Amino acid sequence: MIRIDTYPTHTYGEFQLRPGKPLPFGATIVPGGVNFSIYSRHATTCELVLFRKHESEPFGTIPFPDEFRIGNVFTMIVFDLDYEEIEYGFKMDGPFNPEEGLWFDKTKILMDPYAKAIGGRDVWGEEPDWDNTYQHRARLVYDDFDWEGDRPLETPMEDLVIYEMHVRGFTRHPSSKVKHPGTFTAIRQKIPYLKKLGINCIELLPIHEFDEFENSRISPVTGERLVNYWGYSNVGFFAPKTGYAATGKFGMQVDELKTLIRDLHKNGIEVILDVVFNHTAEGNENGPYISYRGIDNKTYYMLTPEGYYFNFSGCGNTLNCNNPIVRNMILGCLRYWTAEYHIDGFRFDLAAILGRDQNGAPMHNPPLLETLAFDPILGKCKLIAEAWDAGGLYQVGSFPSWGRWAEWNGKFRDDLRKFLKGEEGLKDTMMQRLQGSPEMYKWQGLGTCASINFITCHDGFTLKDLVSYNDKHNEANGEDNRDGGNDNDSWNCGCEGTTEDEGINRLRKRQIKNALSMLILSQGVPMLLSGDEIGNTQFGNNNAYCQDNEISWLDWELLKTNKEIFNFCKNMIAFRKKHPVLRSNIHFQNRDYVGSGYPDISWHGQKAWQPESSPNDLMVAFMLCGKHAKGGTVDDDAIYMAINMHWEMHGFELPKLPNGVNWHIFANTGMESPEDIWKIGKEKKLVDVDEILVGPKSIVVLVGR
Amino acid sequence: MDSNFLVDFNEGVAKFNLSGRLDTTNAPALSDELKELVGQNVEKIVFMANDLEYISSAGLRVIVFAKQKMGVDTQVFVVSPQQDVLDVIKMSGFDSFLKILDSFDD
Repeated sequence: MIRIDTYPTHTYGEFQLRPGKPLPFGATIVPGGVNFSIYSRHATTCELVLFRKHESEPFGTIPFPDEFRIGNVFTMIVFDLDYEEIEYGFKMDGPFNPEEGLWFDKTKILMDPYAKAIGGRDVWGEEPDWDNTYQHRARLVYDDFDWEGDRPLETPMEDLVIYEMHVRGFTRHPSSKVKHPGTFTAIRQKIPYLKKLGINCIELLPIHEFDEFENSRISPVTGERLVNYWGYSNVGFFAPKTGYAATGKFGMQVDELKTLIRDLHKNGIEVILDVVFNHTAEGNENGPYISYRGIDNKTYYMLTPEGYYFNFSGCGNTLNCNNPIVRNMILGCLRYWTAEYHIDGFRFDLAAILGRDQNGAPMHNPPLLETLAFDPILGKCKLIAEAWDAGGLYQVGSFPSWGRWAEWNGKFRDDLRKFLKGEEGLKDTMMQRLQGSPEMYKWQGLGTCASINFITCHDGFTLKDLVSYNDKHNEANGEDNRDGGNDNDSWNCGCEGTTEDEGINRLRKRQIKNALSMLILSQGVPMLLSGDEIGNTQFGNNNAYCQDNEISWLDWELLKTNKEIFNFCKNMIAFRKKHPVLRSNIHFQNRDYVGSGYPDISWHGQKAWQPESSPNDLMVAFMLCGKHAKGGTVDDDAIYMAINMHWEMHGFELPKLPNGVNWHIFANTGMESPEDIWKIGKEKKLVDVDEILVGPKSIVVLVGR
Repeated sequence: MDSNFLVDFNEGVAKFNLSGRLDTTNAPALSDELKELVGQNVEKIVFMANDLEYISSAGLRVIVFAKQKMGVDTQVFVVSPQQDVLDVIKMSGFDSFLKILDSFDD
């Protein structure tokens, strides 16, 4: 078929133009040229500025003809552009009246909010040309790719074991021994490792384009450059971070990332992206013009009645998420990542902001969250909310969910940490946490999957540090150790930091195994922090957001040093994956509804069937009846777990199994390797045993078959 | 920069010489030369890449296009690529159907 609309109709200087199409927004390669489309409610005129890659002066500035405009959308096709060599921007004119929220400045070159690739920070850490007036530059991409039949995996959520990872930190340390450390492609080389560990989902800290030089400064303590390492600051929502790609300097980051995802999917590993729709890198009134401020400030940002930037993010500004235009941008963005990159789910940073209206007030039925919950393209995506913000809105257990949104269960983190330490009075709470927190989530419509269980994440101590430090040690961040959370609920096991004391080190190892056991065997969806499986340390820094060095890079030598922990974690994950009774997507009823003679879950103490029979609140045990697995539709073994966080050894009377069925010991954190955990199928049979001894601060897991 | 890539087409083997850069400036020309071969019983397409210093996204796509247009039975070889070029081919994921060789004898 021959199209009749692929020829220029207008000329501007040496450029050939044609009226464009308003959709899709951004820059799209069309036959013979590029379609540019950008909207602004309050701009009066708009110009397209064209550069050759890396050049500081543009080679062309083309006003969008007014007769091409459709509504508030400036659009045109420009012919004969070299797709790989150009960078483009916009200049917008309009009122400058900050009190009214209008900040138009036609001398600024603005980046396309819909840019699919962004230049300017092509190689991580390479010093930019600070005199360049256009720092973050939009580029064109080819969106074709051979997926070889791939699509999002749609792994049932209750079967996920999530691994939270930082792209650069995962392989940047020289001990990783990969080609191109700290990049997307390097993760491919570690896929065998991830499969061996047994995780089936990686959650990546922000991979959208951000500026590592934002707020960069020299550490007064170490003299090293501190950077925006975690990336919780957005330059462009639609572009993968060029500096994370080994082929970034050639402009192939899109293909490189898609290849990584294709490879991960081939190996059964889902990909969840951490997305940051709560603020941008433009900061407050003193921040730079990168994009939104100069394009449509009043639309994109939550502003006070006087025109100042609301700061619910703690980072200077707040994205105006429930403005209908911004809502559509966010939706468009998530649809883009899902459809074009085959992303399996999203974790929303500071998600409480997404439920605030344009004046900052929390809403009962935030349109944005509802839109995302019901969108057809996102229909099978996992949606996970970090259900709080920096403005005091804490919604864990009450985040508007429509049966689609899961939450980072901050209470699980806090309660498990306290219990692990040995804090009293938590038995009833622990009974809730181990079952997927029904008191919080039973009525939310997502069953146990509403609860993303975690003990550690990028925020706060690593697991190793959680058992090695009572206090944070963030001096290297250069803020006099004032930054980072103080309520860590950590316990150093007797000594602060590294020690030669064997007793303390053994206890720390045991505590790590205790934490991993409770996390992985709880109902709900477990999330591990990358490196916890090998005892990775940040040397007591619980807020390593700016540390691009050994503090936050994973040390792969620890795989050898701490292979006992790796082995324990790996076998624990394998156990979870083997037993469907551990992965119920509906909350237990605490009764027998299939007639097996056992409730789906039952609670025990020192005496079987009597959870209150323990002398203190630091001991709790439960049994899962295998016949109730997956709501009674699947037959599984019975599982018994006895948790003793007390100082002394205690005997736990075992609930009796039917004739012919025996308890086998699967794990015992009180024992040294190799008796701490067994491989699936090789668990040691207990014969004629009515009681097991659980050592001080230890956990025993039995399987009955 | 080459404007003429095809050096030999004999007994079902089409040999192309790539040198310097392969990007948006010359990739369309290569694409045209490949199109000429469609329907002409090509068993093997061989890209001699010893002198190729740089391949861009556009260049990679022409090579994939060659494979897609010629069909399942046609094999595509890239011979003696420089390390950097080979790296880029692998990292951008375009290597799944290619055969990389150190040398090619007819």
